[in-house]
Amino acid sequence: MSIANESFRPKIVAFCCNWCSYAGADLAGSSRLSYPADVKIIRVPCSCRVNPMFILRAFERGADGVILCGCHPGDCHYTTGNYYTRRRMTLLFSMLDFLGVENGRTRVEWVSAAEGVKFSATMNEFVETIRALGPNVRLGDLRCRS
Amino acid sequence: MQELRKRAGELLADGTVARVLAWRAGDLPYNPEPAFFETEAELEHLVYDGFCGANLSKLMIEASKLEGKTLVCLKPCDTYSFNQLVKEHRVDREKAYIIGVGCRGKLDIEKIRRQGIRGIEAVEGAELDGPEELTIRTFSGEKKCAYRDAMLERCHVCKGKEHMAYDELLGESRDTKDAERFAEVEAIERMPAKERFAYFQKELSKCIRCNACRNACPACSCRKCVFDSTKFDSEQKANVDSFEEKMFHIIRAFHVAGRCTDCGECSRVCPQGIPLHLFNRKFIKDINTFYGEYQAGTGSDEKAPLTNYTLEDAEPSVVRERG
Amino acid sequence: MYKIEKQNLTALFRKIAEGRDLYLPVESAGQVNFAAWDEEAKVSLDTTKTVKSPKDAFFPQSETLYTCKKEGKKLEVTQEALREKGFVVFGMKACDVRGVEVLDRVFLSEPVDSYYQARREHGVLVALACKEPEESCFCTAFGIDAANPVGADAEKPAGDHTMNQTGADVAVWDIADWLYWKPLTEKGEALTESVRGLLTEAGEEEVLAEQSRIRAVLKRLPYADLSLEGWGGDATKEKFDSPLWETLYRPCLGCGTCTFVCPTCQCYDIKDYRTKDGIQRYRCWDSCMYSDFTLMSAGNNRTTQLQRFRQRFMHKLVYYPANNDGLFSCTGCGRCVEKCPSSLNIVKVIKAFAKEGGARNE
Repeated sequence: MSIANESFRPKIVAFCCNWCSYAGADLAGSSRLSYPADVKIIRVPCSCRVNPMFILRAFERGADGVILCGCHPGDCHYTTGNYYTRRRMTLLFSMLDFLGVENGRTRVEWVSAAEGVKFSATMNEFVETIRALGPNVRLGDLRCRS
Repeated sequence: MQELRKRAGELLADGTVARVLAWRAGDLPYNPEPAFFETEAELEHLVYDGFCGANLSKLMIEASKLEGKTLVCLKPCDTYSFNQLVKEHRVDREKAYIIGVGCRGKLDIEKIRRQGIRGIEAVEGAELDGPEELTIRTFSGEKKCAYRDAMLERCHVCKGKEHMAYDELLGESRDTKDAERFAEVEAIERMPAKERFAYFQKELSKCIRCNACRNACPACSCRKCVFDSTKFDSEQKANVDSFEEKMFHIIRAFHVAGRCTDCGECSRVCPQGIPLHLFNRKFIKDINTFYGEYQAGTGSDEKAPLTNYTLEDAEPSVVRERG
Repeated sequence: MYKIEKQNLTALFRKIAEGRDLYLPVESAGQVNFAAWDEEAKVSLDTTKTVKSPKDAFFPQSETLYTCKKEGKKLEVTQEALREKGFVVFGMKACDVRGVEVLDRVFLSEPVDSYYQARREHGVLVALACKEPEESCFCTAFGIDAANPVGADAEKPAGDHTMNQTGADVAVWDIADWLYWKPLTEKGEALTESVRGLLTEAGEEEVLAEQSRIRAVLKRLPYADLSLEGWGGDATKEKFDSPLWETLYRPCLGCGTCTFVCPTCQCYDIKDYRTKDGIQRYRCWDSCMYSDFTLMSAGNNRTTQLQRFRQRFMHKLVYYPANNDGLFSCTGCGRCVEKCPSSLNIVKVIKAFAKEGGARNE
């Protein structure tokens, strides 16, 4: 990658479900596992709370990558929430890809409360992917750039 | 058309229906408007020809709130939308008396104009049992145009001539399908990402945020649209940055995903000719691929794809992995 | 009167665009709209009606008015710069020129809209006669002459080129292989001077012949006999209370297509857009067809689509003329006739009232 990309610090929004992934992030912290400070976590009650507008809004407001973390399928605190998430996000990501938005900028990962290691590894890897992709220009709003 | 007027008159006269929802003859050869008729005398202005493209099923939401039954004329594709509205409890089936009208494809005046036919004074041959060729009288003489070449995009990928709901049928329908429904979507999928982006950027930059697509769409039946909310910064009117249009069209398509019957009204009404059906059709294609064939509005009780799931559903990463 | 061979138009556009912006009908993704000219632009002067009117050039669909930036406890307010660079709108039609006149009366009367005024001062209108009027045109009903797109200045005394003037600065005719060019105002003369090298002197005969040809076409348009009798500033009560609205509005979807393609609709909304370090206050076109139009903290004084629908036509044909010496705020461009998803339009409304009590659509 170019030098410009090495100095590029992507902004990442991570939506984390309250019951598994947020606790997973907590565990990563208390286990002293590191992940980049560029990841901003937004806690949501369930991954299925995230509607497609949240994701587009995040991009509009300057996010370079958006990741959504929830309980593993079958482990949803509300039994089935994440199954709906899975369908919605598959369709949304496919649509963004159809519109020519780089398909690496969006991701869903299932992270349980016990998976601090996975959380930290996922975030590290995701930030690297976004760094390689460079800044998000295709979905941003010009007015949000200073 | 005479038959339709006669039948509508009978049903009005014997009190089966309180009003008739159909099309009223326009003042130009190609602009009939959706209209309610309440007396037999008014029915002389009822018209049904190739220019009656408007899908009347959405008007049944309001008609369902009125006293008595409404006779509604639905083309085969309109009945899908009607069923969907019934399924979503937006339309009361008991309040409707459906005459399933025949269809041989609907016309797009823009397609006629694009063939250089301008200054249109009269169009002959647009009726249901008319010839294969339109005869168009213009300021500069008579022009011919094949009916097929003037058809709306949606008619070339027609879902079929069967009505999905009706009380009685009137008029013959013809097969008009001569293209693959997903061919356009597939052609775009094959483009490199950069080209896809450029293509949609160019198309969507024409958007004037008039909301015609949303307001014509039978699936967009929310009482208050999220894009009309003053408490939310998704205000619908500003055409400020290309992002706003993308946001609007992605979200709109998403909100109707799994409910859209592919009736094609969005593309028909767009004043800027944006191929909006591509968004919906992409979702339909993905739903078919990932979750099994599904056609909204067939009248089945099956759960809609986005309110359903299976344990084995594809993971969102499939989008990345397929490259 | 001057003329230029049409094969030299690109040279003309290039010359005009030197140091100025040039807006003209350009085809993009299959639709023709007014857009900035560049070497790659697919200019389409043959298009009678662009989808949107050229009012954007003076009254853009969205524009930032000012920006507020917050740093600590300091709040900095920056007004958006007013238009300073000259520009030319080439290829407006007679109806579009009238559209600007209608907007002028709104934005240039006190309190003057400085953003609009700056654009009017720096804009030059080059109006093109309609080679092929279309069946949806009804400009003649408003006394507009599509064959002679000069605007209201035709009636002004010679030499009166005051700023608040309305009308075109240059009129042009597209006749066979030539474009005929006639400056009408000081601004028009100045523009002509800057492209003088490309123009040759010409006589009036061809233009006069073309004008009578166009006027003959205008006479046989289906809406040529449309009458506005009964409309105007005095008709408020009678028209407002008419029961006709109750049937007329019913196919209306409540979209904003008619409003946004219209050359005279001038309603706007002002909103704030939050960016990460401040807000941008912008205005954008609004439509009386929308449910949140004129929504105030006290509620909305129009709660039904019937009321909204009526507002649009009452404004164009009654309220506006009441406040503007009888001038209607419709120019008969026919864009709404072509674009309404439900095939409703102002002509159908006018005709329905003309036949009040009787049958429609004869």
